[in-house]
Amino acid sequence: MAERSFHVARLPGFATMAVAVFLALYLPIFTLVAYSFNASVSVAVWGGFSLDWYAKAWANTQVKDATMRSLIIACFAAAISTVVATMAALGTTRRRAFRGQTFIYVMINQPLMVPEIVTAVALMILFGVIKQATGIHGLGYLVLAHSAFCIPFAYLPIRARLEGMDNALETAAADLYATPWQTFRRVTLPLLAPGMVAGAMLAFVISLDDVVITEFVKSGGEDTLPTYMLGQLRRQMTPEINAVSTMLLAVTVVLLTAFFLLTRKKD
Amino acid sequence: MSPAEETAIRTSARNGWLLSLPALVLLIGAAAGPLLIVLVYSFLSSGQYGGVIWEFSTNGWRGILWSKDIFTEEWVLADAHLTIFWRSVSLSLLTTIFTFILGFPTAWFIATRPPQQRAMWLFLITIPFWTNLLIRTYAINEVLRKEGLVNLVLLKLGVIETPLDMLYGPFAIFVGMTYVYLPLMVLPLFAAIDRFDMKLLEAGYDLYASRWQVLRRVILPIVKPGIIAGSILVFVPSLGAYVTPRVLGGGKQMMIGNFIELQFLQGKNWPLGAALSMLLLIIVTVALLVYVRYANRDASHG
Repeated sequence: MAERSFHVARLPGFATMAVAVFLALYLPIFTLVAYSFNASVSVAVWGGFSLDWYAKAWANTQVKDATMRSLIIACFAAAISTVVATMAALGTTRRRAFRGQTFIYVMINQPLMVPEIVTAVALMILFGVIKQATGIHGLGYLVLAHSAFCIPFAYLPIRARLEGMDNALETAAADLYATPWQTFRRVTLPLLAPGMVAGAMLAFVISLDDVVITEFVKSGGEDTLPTYMLGQLRRQMTPEINAVSTMLLAVTVVLLTAFFLLTRKKD
Repeated sequence: MSPAEETAIRTSARNGWLLSLPALVLLIGAAAGPLLIVLVYSFLSSGQYGGVIWEFSTNGWRGILWSKDIFTEEWVLADAHLTIFWRSVSLSLLTTIFTFILGFPTAWFIATRPPQQRAMWLFLITIPFWTNLLIRTYAINEVLRKEGLVNLVLLKLGVIETPLDMLYGPFAIFVGMTYVYLPLMVLPLFAAIDRFDMKLLEAGYDLYASRWQVLRRVILPIVKPGIIAGSILVFVPSLGAYVTPRVLGGGKQMMIGNFIELQFLQGKNWPLGAALSMLLLIIVTVALLVYVRYANRDASHG
């Protein structure tokens, strides 16, 4: 740590400011969590510790239904996007650059670049036309929309994993007369699995958190947890929303910690 | 090249396409393709109760800046629209500048930690990044409201005597966007600073540069690509923000995102909504192209 004793990399005030930024990032979230345990009905006064708001949220059928819907959509979207992203990753890595590869990259990353509100409006129009023409309704539309915008999030960790993988094992399998499918099934897939799990987790989190696209695509009575919360924020706010937020937050933090550990083990 | 090699290359390319096909179908069907419908809708006539009439019209695009007077049928400059655009652009710029002012020291701090600690600090930045935007916006709402943390602390310290009314307005939107988009600035800045060679600082100080000179003349020029990447990552979602202005703006202080929604829900002017969406998309694309060009030029210079 010769650099530190010289204080070359130290810039005055930077550390203080960084610590302040970390505090400012976490304080609002902690406040929100703290108030979910507030016994008082008023959001203003602290009335002691209680789990009442969790009980209330749990007893609220709207919250329960929205939670179920969110989980169903997130599971399907994570599964679909992970499968197609894995295929796309296999198609775009570890082979000679081919014509149209840039187009594929642009398409895969497109959901990260287009403002969500624009995609939301576009899907609302398209799905509206389809719903009217076919009379088919249901959660399928939300699953489709979520699967599409989750692809880049699933793709990134899978591709990273593939690029770091050694070709030698697959070559060895082929040398030992394994068919391409056997090689894939027995060698490539097990090696790729951690990347796929990581990708699926990111996709799950992204789907679970989506507000804007869901808000525009959903039909009546198809609220997910975030759109239910958005609707509630317009009306009056009770600590019930804090309780719901805290639960959602807990799911995210658990999944992210798992993701963090999973991708770290690699090195 | 032998014919066998050529066939191998062609097979490889074909397999690449085939494997990418399911993802492409999904992305074109449920993300990129529908954007074309929006483009078409922006050139149609508005239906009386929402929707469109299949007649060519440029009124959608004209409606961005002008509105038709109900009585005289004349097109007049729409001040209300200009106010919304100005609010969107100025708040997005302010957000970008402030996330940089707060994010740069933070990224520098993380990058100069010992390697074992660095992952932990980075993780602490990424948790808010992956946390539901709505929850984070709501958390800011909790902090800024009359009985919230900020007022509580200021009252206790005796800085103010009556609680400040900070919620529901441009200030709250600005604070909210700075809060929710800060990680998007810190991450690319960190990536740039992480590659920065600290020996250059020694060289700078050896040549009698002051700390300020080193920061301005050595550090900032070298991490510039990170600054530009961070600025675009913050500016683009800020400009298209929908949730934060809806929750913290109190309904009256709209930004472009909310203005677009209004055209599709209450405004019943779908072509205008479609044209506004296209405008937003164009601005974002231009910003990204400028970035790509800059990044490429930078790469070619070494």
